[in-house]
Amino acid sequence: MSDQALAGLNSDDRTIAEARRQMEICNACRYCEGYCSAFPALTRLRAFEDSDITQIANLCHNCRGCYYACQYTAPHEFDINLPQALADVRLESWERFVWPSGLAQLFHRHAWATTIATVLGFAVLFLVIRLLSTVGGEGFYAVLSHTAMVSIFLPAFLLPLISIVLGLQQYWAEVGGTRPTIKQVMGAFIQAANMKNLDGGHGEGCNFEHEDRYSDARRYAHQAVMYGFLLCFAATSVGTLLHYVFDMPAPYPLFSLPKLSGISGGLSLTAGCGWMLMLKSKSDKSLSSRQAYNAECAFIALLGFVGLSGLVLYWLGGTQSMPTLLAIHLGAVLAFFLLTPFTKMAHGFFRLAALVREEQQRDVG
Amino acid sequence: MSKSDPLSPDVLIIGGGNAALTAAITARENGASVSILEAAPKPYRGGNSRHTRNFRCMHAGPLGMLTDTYGEDEYYEDLLKVTKGKTDPELAKLAIRSSEECYCWMEAHGVRFQPSLSGTLSLSRTNAFFLGGGKALVNAYYAQAEDLGVKIHYDAPVRHLQIEEGKVVHVDAELSGEKQQYTPKNVVVSSGGFQADLDWLTDAWGPAARNFLIRGTPYNRGVVLRDLLDQDIESVGDPTQCHAVAIDGRAPKFDGGIVTRLDCVPFSIVVNKHGERFYDEGEDVWPKRYAIWGRLVAAQPDQVGHAIIDSKSLELFMPSVFRPIKADTVEALAKELELPESKLRQTIDTYNSACKPGDFHPTELDGLATTGIEPSKTNWARPIDTSPFYAYSLRPGVTFTYLGLKVDQNARVSSSNGPMQNLWAAGEIMAGSILGQGYLAGFGMTIGTVFGRIAGREAAAHV
Ligand SMILES: Cc1cc2nc3c(=O)[nH]c(=O)nc-3n(C[C@H](O)[C@H](O)[C@H](O)COP(=O)(O)OP(=O)(O)OC[C@H]3O[C@@H](n4cnc5c(N)ncnc54)[C@H](O)[C@@H]3O)c2cc1C
Ligand code: SF4
Ligand code: SF4
Repeated sequence: MSDQALAGLNSDDRTIAEARRQMEICNACRYCEGYCSAFPALTRLRAFEDSDITQIANLCHNCRGCYYACQYTAPHEFDINLPQALADVRLESWERFVWPSGLAQLFHRHAWATTIATVLGFAVLFLVIRLLSTVGGEGFYAVLSHTAMVSIFLPAFLLPLISIVLGLQQYWAEVGGTRPTIKQVMGAFIQAANMKNLDGGHGEGCNFEHEDRYSDARRYAHQAVMYGFLLCFAATSVGTLLHYVFDMPAPYPLFSLPKLSGISGGLSLTAGCGWMLMLKSKSDKSLSSRQAYNAECAFIALLGFVGLSGLVLYWLGGTQSMPTLLAIHLGAVLAFFLLTPFTKMAHGFFRLAALVREEQQRDVG
Repeated sequence: MSKSDPLSPDVLIIGGGNAALTAAITARENGASVSILEAAPKPYRGGNSRHTRNFRCMHAGPLGMLTDTYGEDEYYEDLLKVTKGKTDPELAKLAIRSSEECYCWMEAHGVRFQPSLSGTLSLSRTNAFFLGGGKALVNAYYAQAEDLGVKIHYDAPVRHLQIEEGKVVHVDAELSGEKQQYTPKNVVVSSGGFQADLDWLTDAWGPAARNFLIRGTPYNRGVVLRDLLDQDIESVGDPTQCHAVAIDGRAPKFDGGIVTRLDCVPFSIVVNKHGERFYDEGEDVWPKRYAIWGRLVAAQPDQVGHAIIDSKSLELFMPSVFRPIKADTVEALAKELELPESKLRQTIDTYNSACKPGDFHPTELDGLATTGIEPSKTNWARPIDTSPFYAYSLRPGVTFTYLGLKVDQNARVSSSNGPMQNLWAAGEIMAGSILGQGYLAGFGMTIGTVFGRIAGREAAAHV
């Protein structure tokens, strides 16, 4: 496409056009076919509709293998940087799909400010609620009654979920997905669960933080984050069940399901996020979406902070500082939930959807 | 001079592609201190090796990604077929026999393989594909070499090797523009062919060579090769020949690589700038005819050809980097291509009426031939009559040159007075010893790996 024709397009279309240009070169080359599932999806096609590009972009997990292997990166005139081109398409697709869409852009432009403001805002809110009400509960519930917690967190949990579901629906419509079979969903989950694609197609991981050298660090860090998060989530869910179904309200002893999973999850989450931030700072920023870098870091920091503040709360739960710590921790959790649809966290959902769609397309041929 | 003197390494390697790196790693692993001088800046390191995708590998049974077996005799016969016997049987068999152990050596040194690429199934038995292609291979070797303590200099072209009494006494190079004189104990030259020097190509081939495109690196200008030939080092291979294929005429002058290849010829008719056909486009399956079309196009006026298809055939071949030129009528297409409209119309009409009904099989010789025209098209001859019409312009794209240094089984170079004491050669620069004519897919990397390892071993053994 000529520069003139490109200039006439809006930013979304320009992003797509650039990805198409690069994908057509890759399709004539195919040297990177073995790195990840984006390439087989790409070489199955001959021409790329916008929706094909959205789908393939969501299959990419930015391992960068194809960048360092490419004989056509700048200064070569073909100027291939597929990880970045696909990251840009991905980001714009999430901004387009997730409701309400303006918020995603806001978050991506002013990530740190939004994150910090949200956490502090909610923390102060919690402290104010506490001052205004006198509750007679025990432990944490002395600070904020259980009912108050639920009435704040239930919507905070459901709203983002609705937003993501709506977004996924739009995604599914755009990429032309059909009703998935159990087998396709299972296939996608299995791939995601062991992060098959992060092994780089050769079992040695990505090119993330050491330029052209492979490393498994990113896969392990990512797993630490994911499993840490799931454990924390499990701790909360088990706690809720115990509270309502078995009438066993918190606090729980150390050797109880909520505590054990909460603590191990918190440790894993905090360490994983810290590690990930370190890897990210060492990686070449020009190989992912420039716009998203700050937003991704802010989000990982927030997630890590949720874990860390939870651990500190556990440690100092019996001290004077407990109410303030609790407010900060809950503020972080609430911020995390509400910001989720607009952050890298959404990528998990879209990536899963993309993997299911890929299973479908492979089934077809 | 002390061993740590950076200008006097045990082994100095000239070049930075596959042959250079395998030699450097091997020499270092055998205890020598090693420096590499690579003419290209870092982003373009790795010569033509960075454009490759596979190497041809003998194997007695399934080996890694390679299926079935590919024995020494079959491999050698394949070589004889393409070279028409222009090979050195001893060296050729050495390369073939050693290729099997190369697979594991390469894996042990960081190269990763992948199943044969979609669209190249026919090679899954004979050729092992590098995951990510040649640049990933080169990256892996550079990382290995660095870890082993090999000194690597980019932007460091070598200008001259001073030879006295059967020995290289010093090597003149330019490091980032600054003149440096090296006094290594031993030298391995692995600086490729001369195909990027258009003046030299023009001397050898004639003025038509100015219009050739160079598929690989602009840094292989044969400076070291010429310097050695001028000093009476023995050569091998036809100095006037190069391997050329027909590629997309819109490709960059250098470094266009694999994506500029065009596989549409068997389903097309190819005309020259006068709108006339000049060769049987359906002579054989494309992998077997791929390499002759460079010469065919080079022999046409202005070194250009135009492959023309209609919409029936558009999706029968691998996509290429540039979209085809498209028009609704033959006349409009002729205009786009700046061909004489009535002549193209006439050529297509004549061809169309020479096509006969029959079964068309795009993937095998189908015998669907024209009758009564010259040249005939002997397979896949279907009329070009279904709008829209498409065209790709073809130009000769040079892969490599055949002239090189003559070596023995130990990769040692000779002058007219006998073997050189401290000079070895590996890769493209000596490939003419084995590949006197034609080309066997994946054999370039095999020669480079086998002789790179031999040269590295020998150079380290003689310090
Ligand atoms: C597009 C393309 C695709 C190919 N695909 C395949 C394939 O799939 N399989 C296969 O087997 N073969 C393939 N070949 C052929 C293959 O590239 C060569 O056979 C092989 O790379 C030769 O390796 P080499 O190390 O000898 O040369 P190169 O890799 O070309 O390395 C030569 C090096 O010398 C350096 N150099 C040159 N002059 C000087 C100087 N004066 N001083 C210092 N350094 C210098 C260059 O910068 C370069 O680094 C392909 C070739 C091309 C062009
Ligand atoms: S990224 Fe580069 S090497 Fe990989 S398939 Fe695309 S063009 Fe080829
Ligand atoms: S960056 Fe990695 S995941 Fe993305 S397309 Fe390239 S190889 Fe595939």
